[in-house]
Amino acid sequence: MACFLISGLEALVVTAVEKGAEKKEEKNMAVDEAVKDEAKEEIKIPLSRKLKWLTYMLWGGVVLLAFEHVWHGEVVPWFPFLTAMSDPADAAEMFHEMATVGVCMAALITLVWFGMCKAADSIMKRSANADARSTQS
Amino acid sequence: MTLLITVFAAVIVTVKWYNRKDDSMKLGILCFLYWGASIMWLVDAIFEYAELKAEYFTPALEDMLNDAFLGLSVVALGLVIWIVRLLITDPKGSVRTALKKQQN
Repeated sequence: MACFLISGLEALVVTAVEKGAEKKEEKNMAVDEAVKDEAKEEIKIPLSRKLKWLTYMLWGGVVLLAFEHVWHGEVVPWFPFLTAMSDPADAAEMFHEMATVGVCMAALITLVWFGMCKAADSIMKRSANADARSTQS
Repeated sequence: MTLLITVFAAVIVTVKWYNRKDDSMKLGILCFLYWGASIMWLVDAIFEYAELKAEYFTPALEDMLNDAFLGLSVVALGLVIWIVRLLITDPKGSVRTALKKQQN
């Protein structure tokens, strides 16, 4: 009914956090360049890039699911935009669906993203180790 | 059916992304778009299965056709979002070059 709204809310928060992280990383990069600390130079995926993956997944899911809801006539272009809001019984059912299906959707996407980040970190670590071994030999 | 079509689209785009020569087409965005929607529809399908049990796997032909049509429309919408973003960001500079040519 409106399960995608929970993911939409998460997408808004994550986008804001990602923008903040990007600004912070840009500042840190400027400081690092000024100091030229080569010891700090390690291959690591920045947090802002990882958060971008999550925002793309969340926004993608939200937009495509919103389209599905428009298709089924559950979302309309006039107030209150959700057809379930016009009837209290339907509204209660909608809130229940948001609390169950919506939360599970957001949680599963976040879980998949977390796994992706762990996998990406281990791939980067493995390639760094292989590079180090090839330069030693 | 919508879930199935979106998952197929996500897998095809991911294979294309893996075999890419450069990142100028920004296929990664399309991958995330389809995978995000697939995950969300998977959860929806699990809840629907819990409610309908085996009946979930035997939908009426009309519902199946409607879902297939919706799935294809969703894939098309994803492609449109991706192509519009690609043209606006213009990572290869093709749009810029075309516009400059028109000016001269």
